[in-house]
Amino acid sequence: MAVAWGKPEERYLTGHDAPRVDGAAKVTGKARYAYDINLPGLLYGKILRSPHPHATVKSVNLAKAKAHPGVKAALDFEKKTVRYAGEEVAAVAAVSPDVAEEALRLIEVEYERLPHVVDEEEAQKPEAPKIHQDGNVRPRKDDPQIRGGDPDPVFADPGTVWTEGTYRTQVQTHSSLETHGLVAKWEGDQLTVWTSTQGVFGVRDDLSKFFNVPAASVHAICEVMGGGFGSKFGAGVEGTAAARLAKEAGAPVKLMLSRHEEHLCVGNRPSSVQRIKIGATKDGRLVAFHSKVYGTGGIAGGAGVPLPYVYESIPNVKTEHTDVRINAGSSRAMRAPGHPQAAFGMCSAMDELAEKLGMDLLELCRKNESTQNAIRLKQYEIGAERIGWGRRNKVPGAGPGPRKRGIGLGFCKWGGGGGKGTSAEVVINPDGTVESKCGVQDIGTGIRTIVGMIAAEELGLQLKDVKALVGDTVLPPGTGSGGSRTSPSAAPAVKLAAASAKAKLFEKLAPALGVTPDQLVAKDGKIGVAGDASKVFDWKSACAQIGSVPISGQSEWAEGLSGSGVAGAQFAEVEVDVETGAVRVVKVVAVQDCGLVLNRLTAVSQVNGGVIQGISWALLEDRIMDRPTGLMVNPNMEDYKISGALEMPEFDVVVMDMPERGVIGLGEPPVIPTAGAVANAIYNAVGVRFRELPITPDKVLTALMQKQA
Amino acid sequence: MDDERKEPQSGLTRRGFLKGVGGGLAGTAVLSTGVLTAPEEAQAAGKVLGPGKVPVALKVNGKPMKVEVEPRVTLLSALRDHLDLTGAKLVCDRGECGGCTVLLDGRPVYACMMLAVDAQGKEITTVEGLAKGDRLDPVQAAFVQHDALMCGFCTPGLVMSVRGLLNRNPNPTMDDVKRACAGNLCRCGTYPKVFEAALAAAKMQKGGA
Repeated sequence: MAVAWGKPEERYLTGHDAPRVDGAAKVTGKARYAYDINLPGLLYGKILRSPHPHATVKSVNLAKAKAHPGVKAALDFEKKTVRYAGEEVAAVAAVSPDVAEEALRLIEVEYERLPHVVDEEEAQKPEAPKIHQDGNVRPRKDDPQIRGGDPDPVFADPGTVWTEGTYRTQVQTHSSLETHGLVAKWEGDQLTVWTSTQGVFGVRDDLSKFFNVPAASVHAICEVMGGGFGSKFGAGVEGTAAARLAKEAGAPVKLMLSRHEEHLCVGNRPSSVQRIKIGATKDGRLVAFHSKVYGTGGIAGGAGVPLPYVYESIPNVKTEHTDVRINAGSSRAMRAPGHPQAAFGMCSAMDELAEKLGMDLLELCRKNESTQNAIRLKQYEIGAERIGWGRRNKVPGAGPGPRKRGIGLGFCKWGGGGGKGTSAEVVINPDGTVESKCGVQDIGTGIRTIVGMIAAEELGLQLKDVKALVGDTVLPPGTGSGGSRTSPSAAPAVKLAAASAKAKLFEKLAPALGVTPDQLVAKDGKIGVAGDASKVFDWKSACAQIGSVPISGQSEWAEGLSGSGVAGAQFAEVEVDVETGAVRVVKVVAVQDCGLVLNRLTAVSQVNGGVIQGISWALLEDRIMDRPTGLMVNPNMEDYKISGALEMPEFDVVVMDMPERGVIGLGEPPVIPTAGAVANAIYNAVGVRFRELPITPDKVLTALMQKQA
Repeated sequence: MDDERKEPQSGLTRRGFLKGVGGGLAGTAVLSTGVLTAPEEAQAAGKVLGPGKVPVALKVNGKPMKVEVEPRVTLLSALRDHLDLTGAKLVCDRGECGGCTVLLDGRPVYACMMLAVDAQGKEITTVEGLAKGDRLDPVQAAFVQHDALMCGFCTPGLVMSVRGLLNRNPNPTMDDVKRACAGNLCRCGTYPKVFEAALAAAKMQKGGA
């Protein structure tokens, strides 16, 4: 029996608006995050971190901390060298958070400071302090890379129109509202952790390896979690430390990082400095591209950007890339790693080239869009119409002041395919209750609701009739929730598991109805014979025939129900106050495909969220490192700005439903095009190009004054 | 704008707080630790509480509750760590994000910026106290219906801010809603749906759709 997504008109749950099944728990405060777990005798863990950006640790003395009556365990990470301000040195577990804080102050650490560097340009100089023995500059393998021909002679051709610019993007921290950490509880050799994670199986396996206990002895639970955006996959130092402290203390330990630690120690989007030279024939056909890029992922971690972006099939391409190390916390994957940076560089460069060609940017994009990509062309058409592309200033900056408006375009691409490694089980109980189980995590995207709705629809039930279970290592293993892979991996597995459970139920019922199983259908909470209304069981009495052992349908992900590869286009309208330098995003039209839309309500939320993070990165967020001290100067939520209610533009989100392509992930693509669209809109508004993010009022005012001068 | 500000409505002013700190510094030398002091009595006598635990009587979600905590314990910690009311979240720990918003006599305050001892004698409402049994408050129902939540970590705070707004202004405009939510940060980007939900809740509680 081939399992397929039904026709749209037959699908009464998928493709429609479904409020989240855990919505009530989240709005009433009943949802228990790792951070909310209270257990009898719970201790609170805290980590002592290096105050210095680079130092040798000469000694660590825990004696005074251990002597504190409220301290139940303490450990030394036995670091010889610390390479950034915030690196772990020691940890304690105590009877209250305040006592733990006090105990950290009792730990005596002797450091010998070493020279540091926190600026990626400085770090490349030969005299810069070395962060690792092999140096701070790490060129990409096989660098430079040439695809097609050498672009230099093409740029030199008088028939080529080209522009060149250096585009800079800043380090962005994930700023998940729930910080990293977990609650660890040992019972003999059995370890249970309640963890804020994007991957319960990853956390389990990290802990099992760390403590050398069987994976089956570690139980990781993540019912709900307060955001990860790519930063929460493994157990982390904080996770293993919590479990070590719990073991030593013989009591459960909760160790959740502070906001300060969250900014410093658990990942960020790396910076990029992209020198881009791009050329086209006079009629706008892209012919040459050269990028020279560096960026920093802190003490480790790559800073790659996929250039040339989206418009890849340029015949002469040369790319150069170098990762630079500085004394700052390591980068981690962050929502569409590399892509927003590349999109900002490429969207800006294309806008500059279009102007030099005397062409409209949209026209230049259309001209170079491969004909296969009918989807992006369609998105351009939809978006241009909805934003009113024709209202764009023909001469940038020519609009009336002092609040000048402009419109810009950004584009993106993403994979978002499903894959092996995700399994599901659908259980039909004799009392008629149904459980749909899949060991993926709901990181806020709404996968729990999807896991429920797919099983319900396959069985002819309503969403409320199915209990969806995710985020627990007792469930069938699921993928880590990242790469926009969760839905395209979980949805097919659940669909197939539900189909298998349904087939087993049909086999049980067919004899009683005097038919063969293939004549049965499950619809409207009933199971009956197609075309014979007299032969029917309601769901409850159907399940009463099951016997004492519940029916279990199980399946792994399989080809055929999911797809891969999305485009995406966003159009932004901004208003720039030329007297204050403030930029306000007035409206964003976001047009995004994701194959078959599972839950339209949560799909729109995903796109909103991506756009908002994109605006936030474009205009506000910046991890600022102080060069003399090597410290981050804004590790809080007041000085590290993220978008708030007052910055919200008008949203016009178009999620294209393309059922024939199967399910494709949606988490990442909507964050990609926004900054490029906003930057291009600002140029259109004021006629001054901003090549560095974030575009803050001080930069705007300075640039406007320079233009006047 | 004024009534949108979330300052602890305990009668504490910034100046009063600073004066209190000054007195505290002068008084610490004569304090013995570990003795339980009746806080109201001590306050009345101008004495300084703590550093040991003191009994604190709170009225939370209509119920009287007692905890014994050090005077330095915030209202948020008393709720979360001592009364197991974990709906309000600690996110920034310094009054920047609104994740810990609760209502004090019907008005939103940041529970991380207020001491538990100062919340005595006030009606404290947490997100756990809004629903009547299984019946959600219109604000909560509208949040679910309009998908005004994603990861859900900021949601209790936003629900309380919107509840606080509707308590003092049952007919808010979009701008009123935005201002009421300006003290709450959300990282997933639920704001547009929160605005929708707030306006829908206002309608709902007037008996509309």
